[in-house]
Amino acid sequence: MGSMQDIVLLGLNHKTAPVELRECLTISKDETSIALKAFQDLPSVREVMLFSTCNRVEVLMVVQDKTSAVDAVKFFLSGLKHLPVTEFEKALYTHQGDDAVRHVFRVAASLDSMVVGEPQILGQIKEAYQTATTMKTSGVLLNKLLHRTFFTAKRIRTETGIGNNAVSVSYAAIELGKKIFGSLEGKKVLLIGAGEMAELAVEHLIRNRALNIVVANRTFETGVELAETFKGRAIRFDEIGDALQEVDIIISSTGSPGYVVTRNHVKEIARHRRNRPLFFIDIAVPRDIDPEINRLSNSYVYDIDDLQGIVDENVEDRHKEAVKGERIVDEAVLSFRNWYENLAVTPTIVELRKKVEGIARGELEKTLHAIKHLSAEDLEAVNRMVDAMVKKILHDPTMLLKGSRKHRDTSVYLDTIRKLFKLDE
Amino acid sequence: MCYTLSTVGYLMYLFLQKEYLQKTGFYLLAGGFLGHTVELGHRFIQTGYFPVHNLHETLSLAAWTMAGVFLLFQHRIGLRILGVYAAPLITFAMITAARLPNVPKEMGDLLNSLWLVAHVVAIFIGEAALALACGAGIMYLLQENAIKSKHRGFFFRRLPSLELLDSTGYACIVTGFTMLTLGLITGLIYAKSVWGRFWNWDPKEIWSGITWLLYAALLHQRLTIGWRGRRAAIMAIIGFAVILFTFLGVNFFLKGHHGEFTRM
Repeated sequence: MGSMQDIVLLGLNHKTAPVELRECLTISKDETSIALKAFQDLPSVREVMLFSTCNRVEVLMVVQDKTSAVDAVKFFLSGLKHLPVTEFEKALYTHQGDDAVRHVFRVAASLDSMVVGEPQILGQIKEAYQTATTMKTSGVLLNKLLHRTFFTAKRIRTETGIGNNAVSVSYAAIELGKKIFGSLEGKKVLLIGAGEMAELAVEHLIRNRALNIVVANRTFETGVELAETFKGRAIRFDEIGDALQEVDIIISSTGSPGYVVTRNHVKEIARHRRNRPLFFIDIAVPRDIDPEINRLSNSYVYDIDDLQGIVDENVEDRHKEAVKGERIVDEAVLSFRNWYENLAVTPTIVELRKKVEGIARGELEKTLHAIKHLSAEDLEAVNRMVDAMVKKILHDPTMLLKGSRKHRDTSVYLDTIRKLFKLDE
Repeated sequence: MCYTLSTVGYLMYLFLQKEYLQKTGFYLLAGGFLGHTVELGHRFIQTGYFPVHNLHETLSLAAWTMAGVFLLFQHRIGLRILGVYAAPLITFAMITAARLPNVPKEMGDLLNSLWLVAHVVAIFIGEAALALACGAGIMYLLQENAIKSKHRGFFFRRLPSLELLDSTGYACIVTGFTMLTLGLITGLIYAKSVWGRFWNWDPKEIWSGITWLLYAALLHQRLTIGWRGRRAAIMAIIGFAVILFTFLGVNFFLKGHHGEFTRM
């Protein structure tokens, strides 16, 4: 049995490597299989898994010999990507033992992500682990470590607010919409103009089952095209006034120098709408929606700065929550180490018990062989006594082994006990 | 006692946002309600009269109906955060009741008509529902302010959507108004049977009429031109303030034949 130092992680991420380098080293699904196969054949590597996202490449291993394993992995990556080792060596980090475990926990819980708390990373790691199990490159240690990882990541997600609030402008808009309308299901959306962020917001709305996308564009043809992608319909720019009577959410992103929707527009139609709420999302600069509309009852206007303000606030909140996440990670690392050390002492405890039990049983049999007059009840009683003696004799050494990590290095005790009872012969 | 603990549970829920706290609050409140029901039933059997003889009993009964109506609404709509408003209100009513002397007054047979019991029960249920409407209204205003001002503070995350608050308030008002109407009708019938007239121009009657008209106007506006959101919320709060005055204020400041119920 090795030590916890055999767990080694080698990788690079958005903090250590610029995007150009990460691009060069991104490992595809097929390449992952090839790499795992190659690593499996290395004598210095016992277990291995590999994950690669656009922000990181990480190789997690249980090694026989650290230096040669790390060198072999570097060499392989260099060959696979046709990149000299010197080109990426500086960006690499190597963690070992507790640090490697902590790193895996932090990555999976999205504490190490570019956008802290983003939920995709856990799925990506799960997938990578799946690949490793199919390729049979993961063993007892990685299996346990990864299950702990998933458990810890989930715990951090539920017990902290790390993933609570939107950290992109379009998501922030959706979240606000939910606070106004409850559910976005069946809501009608008007998209004025076009633009990446606006279209992203519409997509989020559709995913939240908003209905009826209406697109208004200065160039009607562009509007028709855009409407087709959203399975909506296009209207002419001067029909916006009429459309306002029906829709619930308006996303505006035009290059217009003046307001496209003014306060009077909205005031006129409020009665016709029976005061159903209207939510304006104004992504344009200069603004398309008269901010005065926010003063009207049942109308809400958010411009790009308001949304960005929310995002900034949320990012700050997430960083605060991340501190709680780090504490949970610390706990998890400690608990993993306990498990590992128990794992290390388990074989010795089992052997010790076998040995003592063997002696006791052997002697008991010999003795009973000589005494024939015992009744069934007496036999039972003697058996029970022997069992109890074995148990009591083993109790203290077992507890010492299991609890020894609290005092000193386990290996000292392990060694002594194995020698005392001649377990290795 | 359960009500107080429930209040604590709900307040902790408000701050800590843990699901189990809200559940505990709910079950404590339900437990309190059951205990309260048993106590009221026991008193009724023992004394043989409907317990509205003094302010202590009236308040206690009001708290009881409030708890019952809240539990029912909670069960139907599931607006959990409303407990943060309802539980303290109930507790407050109970504590006030407990501090008042509980001396049964002789009131003769005046109070043992079936019409009167129906009158009191209907009015109390109605008022409890309208109290909840007021709570939903307050929450609506808080949440709307958070959204409009763009400074999402303490409440933004904790309160549900405007839509849900608005529809809950509306449901409470419809229920409350219906019960209030029933209560007024039974009251009128009872008045006819006792005093021979439907309407006596008693201050309580006048104020009840005002309350009823207020809510009638609110509902009318909502149904015709879609009065909702902020205005509806403010009206619900004003309406409840008027109810409180009708319920307690009139008895203290003005004289009339309802006075006995809140006599100390």
